[in-house]
Amino acid sequence: MLQIALDVLSWLFLGSGAICCVVGGIGVLRLPDFYTRTHAASIPDTLGALLIVTGLIFQSGLTLPAGGGEVLIIGLGYDLVTIKLLMMLAFILFTSPTAAHALVKAAHARGVSWEGLDTTSDREESDGLPG
Amino acid sequence: MFGLALSGVLITMLLGLIRAVKGPTVFDRILAVNMFGTMTMLLIAVAGFGVGRPDFLDLALIYGLMNFIGMIAVARFTRFGNLASDDSASLPAQPGSPAQPGPPAQAASPSEAS
Repeated sequence: MLQIALDVLSWLFLGSGAICCVVGGIGVLRLPDFYTRTHAASIPDTLGALLIVTGLIFQSGLTLPAGGGEVLIIGLGYDLVTIKLLMMLAFILFTSPTAAHALVKAAHARGVSWEGLDTTSDREESDGLPG
Repeated sequence: MFGLALSGVLITMLLGLIRAVKGPTVFDRILAVNMFGTMTMLLIAVAGFGVGRPDFLDLALIYGLMNFIGMIAVARFTRFGNLASDDSASLPAQPGSPAQPGPPAQAASPSEAS
Protein backbone atom coordinates (compact mmCIF):
# COMPACT_ATOMS: atom_id res chain seq x y z
CA MET A 1 0.00 0.00 0.00
CA LEU A 2 2.75 2.37 0.94
CA GLN A 3 4.71 1.28 -2.12
CA ILE A 4 1.71 2.11 -4.30
CA ALA A 5 1.44 5.56 -2.69
CA LEU A 6 5.14 6.20 -3.30
CA ASP A 7 4.76 5.08 -6.91
CA VAL A 8 1.83 7.45 -7.43
CA LEU A 9 3.82 10.32 -5.92
CA SER A 10 6.76 9.44 -8.17
CA TRP A 11 4.49 9.37 -11.24
CA LEU A 12 3.06 12.75 -10.33
CA PHE A 13 6.49 14.31 -9.95
CA LEU A 14 7.87 12.71 -13.11
CA GLY A 15 4.84 13.75 -15.17
CA SER A 16 4.84 17.33 -13.97
CA GLY A 17 8.60 17.51 -14.55
CA ALA A 18 8.13 16.28 -18.11
CA ILE A 19 5.38 18.86 -18.65
CA CYS A 20 7.65 21.64 -17.33
CA CYS A 21 10.47 20.49 -19.63
CA VAL A 22 8.21 20.51 -22.68
CA VAL A 23 6.83 23.95 -21.77
CA GLY A 24 10.37 25.32 -21.48
CA GLY A 25 11.32 23.74 -24.81
CA ILE A 26 8.32 25.29 -26.55
CA GLY A 27 9.24 28.64 -25.01
CA VAL A 28 12.82 28.36 -26.26
CA LEU A 29 11.53 27.63 -29.74
CA ARG A 30 8.71 30.16 -29.89
CA LEU A 31 9.65 33.29 -27.94
CA PRO A 32 10.73 36.27 -30.04
CA ASP A 33 13.88 37.45 -28.31
CA PHE A 34 17.14 36.16 -26.91
CA TYR A 35 16.45 37.38 -23.39
CA THR A 36 12.95 35.97 -23.30
CA ARG A 37 14.36 32.70 -24.60
CA THR A 38 16.78 32.75 -21.70
CA HIS A 39 13.81 33.09 -19.37
CA ALA A 40 12.13 30.12 -21.05
CA ALA A 41 15.28 28.00 -20.95
CA SER A 42 15.57 28.49 -17.21
CA ILE A 43 12.31 26.58 -16.63
CA PRO A 44 13.49 23.06 -17.57
CA ASP A 45 16.91 23.73 -16.07
CA THR A 46 15.52 24.45 -12.61
CA LEU A 47 11.92 23.35 -12.14
CA GLY A 48 11.93 20.45 -14.57
CA ALA A 49 15.15 19.04 -13.15
CA LEU A 50 13.89 19.53 -9.59
CA LEU A 51 10.62 17.70 -10.26
CA ILE A 52 12.16 14.84 -12.25
CA VAL A 53 14.94 14.23 -9.70
CA THR A 54 12.38 14.35 -6.88
CA GLY A 55 10.34 11.72 -8.70
CA LEU A 56 13.43 9.54 -9.11
CA ILE A 57 14.20 9.95 -5.40
CA PHE A 58 10.72 8.67 -4.61
CA GLN A 59 11.51 5.71 -6.86
CA SER A 60 14.85 4.83 -5.40
CA GLY A 61 15.95 6.32 -2.18
CA LEU A 62 13.38 5.56 0.42
CA THR A 63 14.39 1.95 0.86
CA LEU A 64 17.19 0.59 2.97
CA PRO A 65 18.42 -2.88 2.12
CA ALA A 66 18.62 -4.66 5.46
CA GLY A 67 18.82 -8.36 6.05
CA GLY A 68 16.73 -10.43 3.70
CA GLY A 69 14.38 -7.84 2.25
CA GLU A 70 14.16 -4.13 1.87
CA VAL A 71 12.90 -2.10 4.79
CA LEU A 72 11.06 1.11 4.10
CA ILE A 73 12.36 4.14 5.88
CA ILE A 74 10.32 7.20 5.09
CA GLY A 75 12.29 10.40 5.02
CA LEU A 76 15.76 8.93 5.26
CA GLY A 77 17.57 7.66 2.22
CA TYR A 78 20.68 5.72 3.07
CA ASP A 79 21.09 4.44 -0.45
CA LEU A 80 23.97 5.86 -2.43
CA VAL A 81 21.70 6.44 -5.42
CA THR A 82 19.73 9.00 -3.45
CA ILE A 83 22.92 10.82 -2.51
CA LYS A 84 24.00 10.86 -6.15
CA LEU A 85 20.60 12.19 -7.18
CA LEU A 86 20.75 14.92 -4.54
CA MET A 87 24.27 15.86 -5.66
CA MET A 88 23.07 16.06 -9.25
CA LEU A 89 20.10 18.19 -8.22
CA ALA A 90 22.23 20.56 -6.13
CA PHE A 91 24.72 20.83 -8.96
CA ILE A 92 22.01 21.70 -11.49
CA LEU A 93 20.42 24.22 -9.15
CA PHE A 94 23.75 25.95 -8.54
CA THR A 95 25.27 25.93 -12.01
CA SER A 96 22.31 26.52 -14.30
CA PRO A 97 21.47 30.06 -13.09
CA THR A 98 25.19 30.82 -13.03
CA ALA A 99 25.58 29.74 -16.63
CA ALA A 100 22.47 31.65 -17.69
CA HIS A 101 23.75 34.77 -15.93
CA ALA A 102 27.18 34.51 -17.59
CA LEU A 103 25.59 33.95 -20.98
CA VAL A 104 23.21 36.90 -20.69
CA LYS A 105 26.05 39.10 -19.49
CA ALA A 106 28.21 38.06 -22.44
CA ALA A 107 25.30 38.71 -24.84
CA HIS A 108 24.64 42.11 -23.29
CA ALA A 109 28.32 43.02 -23.55
CA ARG A 110 28.31 42.02 -27.20
CA GLY A 111 25.23 44.12 -27.85
CA VAL A 112 22.48 41.64 -28.56
CA SER A 113 19.44 43.80 -29.07
CA TRP A 114 16.26 43.76 -27.07
CA GLU A 115 13.65 43.40 -29.72
CA GLY A 116 10.95 45.47 -28.02
CA LEU A 117 7.31 44.91 -27.31
CA ASP A 118 5.93 44.57 -30.85
CA THR A 119 5.80 40.81 -30.78
CA THR A 120 4.21 40.10 -34.14
CA SER A 121 6.81 41.73 -36.34
CA ASP A 122 9.66 40.61 -34.07
CA ARG A 123 8.59 37.02 -34.21
CA GLU A 124 8.48 37.03 -37.98
CA GLU A 125 11.81 38.79 -38.15
CA SER A 126 13.64 36.57 -35.69
CA ASP A 127 12.22 33.42 -37.19
CA GLY A 128 12.98 34.48 -40.72
CA LEU A 129 16.65 35.16 -40.20
CA PRO A 130 18.95 32.43 -41.46
CA GLY A 131 21.56 31.05 -39.16
CA MET B 1 5.94 6.00 -16.10
CA PHE B 2 9.54 6.40 -17.10
CA GLY B 3 8.43 6.49 -20.72
CA LEU B 4 6.42 9.64 -20.07
CA ALA B 5 9.37 11.45 -18.51
CA LEU B 6 11.68 10.11 -21.21
CA SER B 7 9.38 11.32 -23.98
CA GLY B 8 9.06 14.76 -22.35
CA VAL B 9 12.82 15.09 -22.05
CA LEU B 10 13.33 13.90 -25.64
CA ILE B 11 10.74 16.36 -26.98
CA THR B 12 12.51 19.16 -25.12
CA MET B 13 15.85 18.07 -26.59
CA LEU B 14 14.31 18.11 -30.06
CA LEU B 15 12.90 21.63 -29.59
CA GLY B 16 16.25 22.82 -28.25
CA LEU B 17 18.01 21.32 -31.26
CA ILE B 18 15.65 23.15 -33.62
CA ARG B 19 16.45 26.41 -31.84
CA ALA B 20 20.18 25.60 -31.94
CA VAL B 21 20.02 25.07 -35.71
CA LYS B 22 17.95 28.15 -36.60
CA GLY B 23 18.96 30.56 -33.82
CA PRO B 24 19.72 34.02 -35.19
CA THR B 25 22.64 34.82 -32.92
CA VAL B 26 25.35 32.62 -31.49
CA PHE B 27 23.97 33.14 -27.98
CA ASP B 28 20.72 31.45 -28.93
CA ARG B 29 22.72 28.43 -30.01
CA ILE B 30 24.71 28.41 -26.77
CA LEU B 31 21.49 28.70 -24.75
CA ALA B 32 19.90 25.81 -26.64
CA VAL B 33 23.00 23.64 -26.29
CA ASN B 34 23.12 24.35 -22.54
CA MET B 35 19.51 23.29 -22.18
CA PHE B 36 20.30 20.23 -24.30
CA GLY B 37 23.10 19.31 -21.90
CA THR B 38 20.86 19.60 -18.85
CA MET B 39 18.23 17.51 -20.60
CA THR B 40 20.94 14.94 -21.36
CA MET B 41 21.69 14.69 -17.63
CA LEU B 42 18.02 14.07 -16.88
CA LEU B 43 17.79 11.62 -19.80
CA ILE B 44 20.70 9.56 -18.51
CA ALA B 45 19.22 9.51 -15.00
CA VAL B 46 15.69 8.57 -16.09
CA ALA B 47 16.90 5.99 -18.61
CA GLY B 48 19.17 4.45 -15.97
CA PHE B 49 16.18 4.05 -13.68
CA GLY B 50 14.08 2.79 -16.57
CA VAL B 51 16.41 -0.09 -17.41
CA GLY B 52 16.93 -0.86 -13.72
CA ARG B 53 20.55 0.21 -13.47
CA PRO B 54 20.82 3.53 -11.62
CA ASP B 55 24.63 3.33 -11.77
CA PHE B 56 24.48 5.58 -14.82
CA LEU B 57 24.03 8.54 -12.47
CA ASP B 58 27.81 8.86 -12.33
CA LEU B 59 27.82 9.52 -16.05
CA ALA B 60 25.11 12.15 -15.56
CA LEU B 61 27.16 13.88 -12.86
CA ILE B 62 30.31 13.97 -15.00
CA TYR B 63 28.31 15.16 -18.00
CA GLY B 64 26.86 18.00 -15.94
CA LEU B 65 30.29 19.07 -14.70
CA MET B 66 31.73 19.14 -18.22
CA ASN B 67 28.62 20.90 -19.52
CA PHE B 68 29.00 23.72 -17.02
CA ILE B 69 32.72 24.17 -17.65
CA GLY B 70 32.23 24.18 -21.40
CA MET B 71 29.33 26.59 -21.07
CA ILE B 72 31.41 29.08 -19.10
CA ALA B 73 34.30 28.68 -21.54
CA VAL B 74 32.11 29.34 -24.60
CA ALA B 75 30.41 32.33 -22.97
CA ARG B 76 33.84 33.75 -22.13
CA PHE B 77 35.08 33.08 -25.63
CA THR B 78 32.15 34.83 -27.27
CA ARG B 79 32.52 37.79 -24.94
CA PHE B 80 36.27 38.39 -25.05
CA GLY B 81 37.33 36.70 -28.24
CA ASN B 82 39.81 34.37 -26.58
CA LEU B 83 39.96 32.13 -23.58
CA ALA B 84 42.95 33.78 -21.93
CA SER B 85 42.55 37.30 -20.59
CA ASP B 86 45.47 38.82 -22.47
CA ASP B 87 43.46 40.82 -24.99
CA SER B 88 40.86 41.93 -22.49
CA ALA B 89 43.06 44.91 -21.59
CA SER B 90 42.77 46.03 -25.22
CA LEU B 91 39.03 46.54 -24.83
CA PRO B 92 38.86 49.88 -23.04
CA ALA B 93 35.13 50.34 -23.60
CA GLN B 94 34.26 47.91 -20.82
CA PRO B 95 35.28 49.04 -17.35
CA GLY B 96 35.88 46.16 -15.05
CA SER B 97 36.30 43.69 -17.87
CA PRO B 98 39.56 42.22 -16.44
CA ALA B 99 37.67 41.64 -13.19
CA GLN B 100 34.71 40.01 -14.94
CA PRO B 101 36.37 36.67 -15.73
CA GLY B 102 36.97 36.07 -12.04
CA PRO B 103 33.54 35.05 -10.71
CA PRO B 104 32.75 32.32 -13.26
CA ALA B 105 36.21 30.83 -12.91
CA GLN B 106 35.94 30.90 -9.12
CA ALA B 107 32.40 29.58 -9.21
CA ALA B 108 33.66 26.55 -11.09
CA SER B 109 36.03 25.33 -8.41
CA PRO B 110 33.68 24.84 -5.41
CA SER B 111 31.14 23.08 -7.58
CA GLU B 112 33.91 20.77 -8.71
CA ALA B 113 34.85 20.19 -5.10
CA SER B 114 31.31 19.31 -4.13
